[in-house]
Amino acid sequence: MKKTLFDKVWDAHVVDSVPDGPQILYIDKHLIHEVTSPQAFAELEQRGITLARPEKTVATADHNVPTVNQHLTIKDALSRKQVEMLTKNCKNHNVTLYGLGHEYQGIVHVIAPELGITQPGMTMVCGDSHTSTHGAFGTIAFGIGTSQVAQVFASQCLLLNKPKKMRITVNGKLNKNVLPKDVILYIIAQLGTNSGTGHFVEYAGDVFENMSMEGRMTVCNMSIEMGARGGMIAPDKTTFEYVKGKEFAPNSQEWDKKVTYWKTLPTDDGATFDTEYNFDASDILPMITYGTNPGMGIKINESIPETNDASFEKALTYMGLKKGQSLINQSINYVFIGSCTNSRIEDFRLAASHIEGKQKAGNITALIVPGSQQVAKQIKEEGLQDIFEAAGFEIRQPGCSACLGMNEDKIPAGEYCVSTSNRNFEGRQGQGVRTLLASPLTAALTAIEGKIVDVTELELV
Amino acid sequence: MEKFKKLTSTAVSLPVENVDTDQIIPARFLKATSKIGFGENLFRDWRYNSDGSKKEGFILNEEKYSGKILVAGENFGCGSSREHAAWALEDYGFKVIVSSYFADIFKGNALNNGLLPIQISSTKLTQLLTHLKENPKSELQVDLENQRLSLNEIGLDESFEIDSYKKMCLINGYDDIDFLISKKESIEAFEAQNQ
Ligand code: SF4
Repeated sequence: MKKTLFDKVWDAHVVDSVPDGPQILYIDKHLIHEVTSPQAFAELEQRGITLARPEKTVATADHNVPTVNQHLTIKDALSRKQVEMLTKNCKNHNVTLYGLGHEYQGIVHVIAPELGITQPGMTMVCGDSHTSTHGAFGTIAFGIGTSQVAQVFASQCLLLNKPKKMRITVNGKLNKNVLPKDVILYIIAQLGTNSGTGHFVEYAGDVFENMSMEGRMTVCNMSIEMGARGGMIAPDKTTFEYVKGKEFAPNSQEWDKKVTYWKTLPTDDGATFDTEYNFDASDILPMITYGTNPGMGIKINESIPETNDASFEKALTYMGLKKGQSLINQSINYVFIGSCTNSRIEDFRLAASHIEGKQKAGNITALIVPGSQQVAKQIKEEGLQDIFEAAGFEIRQPGCSACLGMNEDKIPAGEYCVSTSNRNFEGRQGQGVRTLLASPLTAALTAIEGKIVDVTELELV
Repeated sequence: MEKFKKLTSTAVSLPVENVDTDQIIPARFLKATSKIGFGENLFRDWRYNSDGSKKEGFILNEEKYSGKILVAGENFGCGSSREHAAWALEDYGFKVIVSSYFADIFKGNALNNGLLPIQISSTKLTQLLTHLKENPKSELQVDLENQRLSLNEIGLDESFEIDSYKKMCLINGYDDIDFLISKKESIEAFEAQNQ
């Protein structure tokens, strides 16, 4: 039987099947954070059981932590309690925690890859929908609810029906100024926010083959925004080079054996998918969203479509935008560069390269929030921090921050924010905030100009 | 988990598509460390103004609409995996959600909390949404054993799909943890072979 990448990894983790029902899938790594784990720990305690495999669980505090003065006691009482609960639960259950103050702390989907915890061929879960990020390594990685967090705690397994398979192939050469974020925003705009429901996606074709690991993570991260459980990219030389030498990567004795196995994972020629889509790279241009879900995106030089339906109109009313309108020159007061989609070192290098020697516009508040302590350290060491600060950007400490506005980093109501995060839902970045999703390049240039500029044809140095 | 077999109830219609879990329960209410009380903030920003007063025109604020069933537009529960969304709906008093499409994670979360997601065709959904809006007293019947959703007045009698394992869990009030713990030996055998 010809198998896809997804089949190979899935089938290798099936412990048992319930006749006429779901399968029991073994989970190699379980990532947890402060917001979706307390009720799961409570569930275990109510049943008087302990964690089945604490050594396969890694915790961090990210969703609800302040991004200033992380060395001080957290001011907000509820947030403090959540973080303290995490610390206590991890201690009681022998779980490794990279909490505030630890050199490895950061957004869960940024730290696991950079520490080499994420490896090809694994199954990984986390109580967070953007767990799909780790699929960039050829990993089956997906978000779960808190009941499932408790199931993994109790058994290191989950009961699941095998999802369907979709392949999205993008071949050709990308246009100037098109970044991985634009590629995924384009795909979601083309296919819609529920096109992936019930599916696991494989991204294939030369566009992804030629992409860096960080770019692949940006793409896989947003798979959930088209409703897919996860997205994957076949592991290759780029993957192996990225993993090699990382803190928790296989050591030198195991390395060759692992790579030999990883090389068997890519989809067999002739394997079939339930759904297939093909796109031509030359059709993709820098993208931006105008509505209240990530599928409401356009090429930055296009106009907002003239659609007549109630949900569409509701979204435009919320956004304060009009049908047929162009977004170029739209005045913007807030820019957020961060989140598990775009807060890795490449994102900041790119943003800094366009900011260097310039000043942010007077009306702009620009937040730079690194994905992890390690990224923060690198920003400093590479001199990017000086560039951002000289340009008037505010650099914060690692966390989810304005991506979901759970901590103090909320954007004021009614304001437009060009954000490198992944969700433009109503109120996502704070009540009444109007979020426009874009790449770090578009975000950086918006901050400099104080308005949206057409980056499509810009000659950038 | 409570057992679920049959339900007859009036329903609330929410004709909005792509209701994401950030709307069902905004992130700022996720700071609790227990599962209780989320119903208070269900659809918070649609239900209340920022000063805490009720927003006029939102269906849950209109007294004539109530019931244990929520009928909502396509692609309900998309976005964040927060199970708090299922807890909020359940805590508010809903037992069944009807839509023409559910986001995967939400569907799983709902089932794990005894909340039944029922998927029907978009044509039937539109019919139902319109009817309920004008006839708030109409009662929907849900029969889980026979997998049927009906509303006699409009001749609606639809069968719906549900995974047979999940159906058994709901009817008996079982949850997955009990089942997985009972599989300890197979799990250990798998580990011995694969690690
Ligand atoms: S950065 Fe945003 S999307 Fe990513 S894990 Fe944090 S809250 Fe979720």
